[in-house]
Amino acid sequence: MAVSSTQVSVHVKINGQEITKECEVRTLLAYFLREQLGLTGVHVGCDTTSCGACTVLLDGKTAIKSCTVFAPQVDGHELLTVEGLGEADHLHPIQQAFWDCHALQCGYCTPGMELAVLALLQRNPNPTDEEIRFGLSGNLCRCTGYKNIVKAVHQAAEIMNHPSTSQSVTL
Amino acid sequence: MAIAEEPTGHVMGHAMKRKEDPRFITGQGRYLDDIVLPRMLYMAIVHSPYAHARIKSIDASAALQLPGVHLVLTGADLDQMGLGWMPTMAGDREMTLAVGKVLYQYQEVAVVLAESRALAEDAAQLVEVEYEPLPVIVDPFESMKPDAPVLREDREQKDNHVFHWEVGDRTATEQLLRSCDVVVRQKVRFQRIHPAPLEPCGCIADFNKATGRLTLYMTSQAPHAHRTVFSMVTGIPEQNIHIISPDVGGGFGNKVPIYPGYVAAIVASLKLGRPVKWVETRTENLTETAFARDYHMEAELGATKDGVVQALKVKTIADHGAFDAAADPSKFPAGLFSICTGSYDFPNAFAEVDAFYTNKTPGGIAYRCSFRVTEASYLIERTMDVLADELGMDPAELRLKNFVPPEKFPYHSALGWTYDSGRYAETLKKALERFDYTKRRQEQDERRRKGELVGIGLSTFTEVVGAGPSQTFDIMGIKMFDSAEIRVHPTGSAIVRAGTRHQGQGHETTWAQIVGEELGLDPQNILVEEGDTDTAPYGLGTYASRSTPTAGAAIAMAARRIREKAQKIAAYLLEVSEEDLEWRDQKFQVRGVPSKAVTMQEIAFAAYTNLPEGMEPGLEATYYYDPPNLTFPNGAYLCQVSIDKGTGEVKVEKFLAVDDCGNVINPMIVEGQIHGGLTEGFAIAFMQEIVYDEDGNHLATNFSDYLVPTAWEAPDWETDRTVTPSPHHPIGAKGVGESPNVGSPAAFVNAVIDALSPLGIRHIDMPLTREKIWRALREHGIEE
Amino acid sequence: MFPAPFEYVSAHSLDEALEVLESRAGEAKVLAGGQSLIPMMRFRLAQPQVLVDINPIKLLEDLHEQDDALHIGALARHATLEFSPLIQQRYPLIADVSRVVADPTVRNLGTLVGSLCHADPAGDFGSAALAAGAEVIITSSRQHRSLPVDAFFLDTFSTALEEDEIVTEVRWPKPKPRSAGAYLKIERKVGDFAIVGTAVQMALDEGGRIAEAGIGLCAVGPISLRAKQAERLLVGQSPSAELFQEVARQAARESDPTSDTRGSKEYKQDMVRVLTLRALQRAYQRIQAA
Repeated sequence: MAVSSTQVSVHVKINGQEITKECEVRTLLAYFLREQLGLTGVHVGCDTTSCGACTVLLDGKTAIKSCTVFAPQVDGHELLTVEGLGEADHLHPIQQAFWDCHALQCGYCTPGMELAVLALLQRNPNPTDEEIRFGLSGNLCRCTGYKNIVKAVHQAAEIMNHPSTSQSVTL
Repeated sequence: MAIAEEPTGHVMGHAMKRKEDPRFITGQGRYLDDIVLPRMLYMAIVHSPYAHARIKSIDASAALQLPGVHLVLTGADLDQMGLGWMPTMAGDREMTLAVGKVLYQYQEVAVVLAESRALAEDAAQLVEVEYEPLPVIVDPFESMKPDAPVLREDREQKDNHVFHWEVGDRTATEQLLRSCDVVVRQKVRFQRIHPAPLEPCGCIADFNKATGRLTLYMTSQAPHAHRTVFSMVTGIPEQNIHIISPDVGGGFGNKVPIYPGYVAAIVASLKLGRPVKWVETRTENLTETAFARDYHMEAELGATKDGVVQALKVKTIADHGAFDAAADPSKFPAGLFSICTGSYDFPNAFAEVDAFYTNKTPGGIAYRCSFRVTEASYLIERTMDVLADELGMDPAELRLKNFVPPEKFPYHSALGWTYDSGRYAETLKKALERFDYTKRRQEQDERRRKGELVGIGLSTFTEVVGAGPSQTFDIMGIKMFDSAEIRVHPTGSAIVRAGTRHQGQGHETTWAQIVGEELGLDPQNILVEEGDTDTAPYGLGTYASRSTPTAGAAIAMAARRIREKAQKIAAYLLEVSEEDLEWRDQKFQVRGVPSKAVTMQEIAFAAYTNLPEGMEPGLEATYYYDPPNLTFPNGAYLCQVSIDKGTGEVKVEKFLAVDDCGNVINPMIVEGQIHGGLTEGFAIAFMQEIVYDEDGNHLATNFSDYLVPTAWEAPDWETDRTVTPSPHHPIGAKGVGESPNVGSPAAFVNAVIDALSPLGIRHIDMPLTREKIWRALREHGIEE
Repeated sequence: MFPAPFEYVSAHSLDEALEVLESRAGEAKVLAGGQSLIPMMRFRLAQPQVLVDINPIKLLEDLHEQDDALHIGALARHATLEFSPLIQQRYPLIADVSRVVADPTVRNLGTLVGSLCHADPAGDFGSAALAAGAEVIITSSRQHRSLPVDAFFLDTFSTALEEDEIVTEVRWPKPKPRSAGAYLKIERKVGDFAIVGTAVQMALDEGGRIAEAGIGLCAVGPISLRAKQAERLLVGQSPSAELFQEVARQAARESDPTSDTRGSKEYKQDMVRVLTLRALQRAYQRIQAA
């Protein structure tokens, strides 16, 4: 018989690090990451699975909205948040491209957007404008009007497809 | 890490990458909800399900019995403390928590303080409130009727009228209209919308009983103004209130007013002596914080038969909801709506606004707009197209005929503004050319012959931003200057503090660029700090495109003050007299002897190490800038659409925005602002509306129903610019962040109406949903 | 916003899941993709006492053709369908729907079976399953059974599923020769429910006449609807513009929408006509192109 509980221990590998934490089963993954693990790059912008600011990567490839998953559901899984994507002295090409192309303003949607871009490029390394716009349509941005995000995705794709040329990429 | 190479010479006008971005792209931004304090409690709000009802009783006993629940506060509790009501920025007052009755659905009725967010929500559900429903008014035209129930029983005035405001010469305008060859009349509604930044509002109130200080972390676009208001409302001495506005995830005007949640959190912290966090749900954001627009406008525009405009008369009914919580400057209850003559040389004009209460969320704030300028701009740009249609004239030609000509600047408008600068015809001509207007009009004819519905729309708007000159502009009495403090360190780096608070506008970069330009310092070594009332000089904040016109000017002026002192030090170092020096190539050099020069970095070091005798050490300055006038950014926007006859769906095929915001500090940032504002304008034109049903139920309570476009719906944007500097601004700049939101709705609507004009259609109110277009098509016999 | 407290069971086998559903009948709810259930729990519109998470049951991720049907397991995600070459090549109706359900990120977790069990009349897959004549495979500790999807939807948010039962898979008929389908949806923006959606599945006989036809309608009634009379008008006829127009008009008559913020009743009815016409044309074009 399966054991039911209201409090659980969740074991996950987050940004390469194995972590075990107790939480109430009703804890939404977004808050588990933010409040239990201090990964505040995961943002919450709505209650209806609409905005995508909480997007993280599940098992290295699947973009999910962490506000619409309970923490115990990821027990035994791997997660990537923006904190694991790259750091200021070692930016991921997607982060670099967002900076270069002015693909952010207030920055609130940015972490979720970057992870959605990563999932998109893993599936489709050379997307067209239309494929980018379609692929990122689960993430809202109120500031940029998306045009520079599309531009950033092209730049990131270029660098990720040709890592050796990354030094010479200009705006 | 790739570090962009920055120029060492002129930095103004350069597309410098943003200095604030590294923390945002790595998830290291620190927004309100990221802050956690020891022993912090969480606050949840109990909302009214009714739009208008008397509160018969509130029973919080079940909530208080839940372990981990510390306090429940109601309006009656606050009223006992003298905090049941709080002033609005518009000179009205509003309930903090409902006192005796509720006046709109979702109004804050009680708050619950508990150990966790989830627990606070659990407990909020257990607060039992008994209501006696009252008649509901959601329509200002019902509210104005003499027999309408009085909503605001707390007022001495026993009707629902909030204010009457008028400007211009009514008699002269009406006389002139009677003598015009052509007069068009158009009713235009600007629907109720909401700024909906991605980060909702929130605060952490942390009252320390030992120090007597209240530290308030708060999503605030105007921290100093908020400090003063909180001090006035709560009686806490102002030096004991410390507001920190951390990284702000978008504002767009939403984070200008003070909301009941902030006050309730402060009271809870005062009572409990513990930090209290309150973060809005998206529903709270959309239903409780201030809306924008909701203007019912009617224009009468008279012209000669050749299309020369003569007179404009505007009558507006404003729906302010339950309280007048507009965030307008005190003397401007209808904001800067009198910019409604737009870019056109009207000999005479008159405008009036009457505002009414309804059972809807209070507000009337300036959503990405300099106080009702969007409404005004939309009205005149829409009405000009109606006139063009009436005259059978090309709308571009009509505009070119009526623009305020360059030689008339500074231009005194019929409604009292002094426009600083603009070259409207040049800007429009640039847009027409780049858009290939003539060719597109020909293609439109061809496509129409094939049965397609294709339209081209224009908007040639004028904005008025940068509030404002102290003789006319104040908020709750505080003059609307802004400020800057610059401290240059011995090694030639600097810190800049301003009274503004960016929410994505890029001040950490652009302010550094201004200082870099003025002082010849590397902007990479200039730290910009905003949002901390303990450290920044007093300022009125960031909204209404005022930061560059006010704080941007203050920064330039403070830098110039530093340069004055620096010149004295330079003279001492070069052993010449001050008069022999000139500021050239971002150095002080001896006139005619370029080799004899000192850099600001050298001067900075000397300011702390090697000073002329008797001179005060250090190199810093503060400047409070009281602008002599506002700035008048403008633009010419062109849009082409096609319409699906079957579904009524509109496709934006092309959009070009040519903006003139004077001298540009950072073109990359300006362009980004334009893209964002156009996308918001697109949403307003086609998707967004806060709708209420007749019972006052709010029907756009989250992002499932309040529609924010994704990358898929958002059109591609083309941008360009002309540069007509502001003559009175120290660096010739104007505000720009709101131009695209102000200017674009008319361009979209004008394009759609142009597509439908062969059917004799002259106007449809926003948002232009598929169904509205479909209905217009079917009524005119068009079917798939 | 946070759900009310509940108990959580991570089920690692179907038997485990069924055992909980049986012992806690009426209190337990199955969690698959969770993309509708969890938001409803956050708004406390759903307050199950027990949540049975079936995500660990890998068997249910199944997606394969066998005998005369495509087997779509209870954990087959919308995105799995969207990016499956098999679906793209052979099941254009499913392919169409899987591109427009919710948004791309939600599709990574949301499932077709979950969408049917949620029985929201505005759920895109309901109408498609009706048009295709799909079958729902149901199991419990007591019995195994199957139902045509027509018999599955009872009312808004209500299905023929008993409290102790789980839908383990949906069987979608394999494409017949000379057949194709299409789904068209108008929505206010990505992520929105349909204003109206119409699903068409059609097979021609060797002589080019319509041998079989299914028309499903989304968001225009209390449940996902089949436009049965419109279907009958198609069968035995040769495809033509006039026929499709007549059928589209009939489908509109069979729809039963209500006015709401997405549109008025009359707009939605006319959209049933417009979209049915376009879906018929698209399905027919696909048959011709094959």
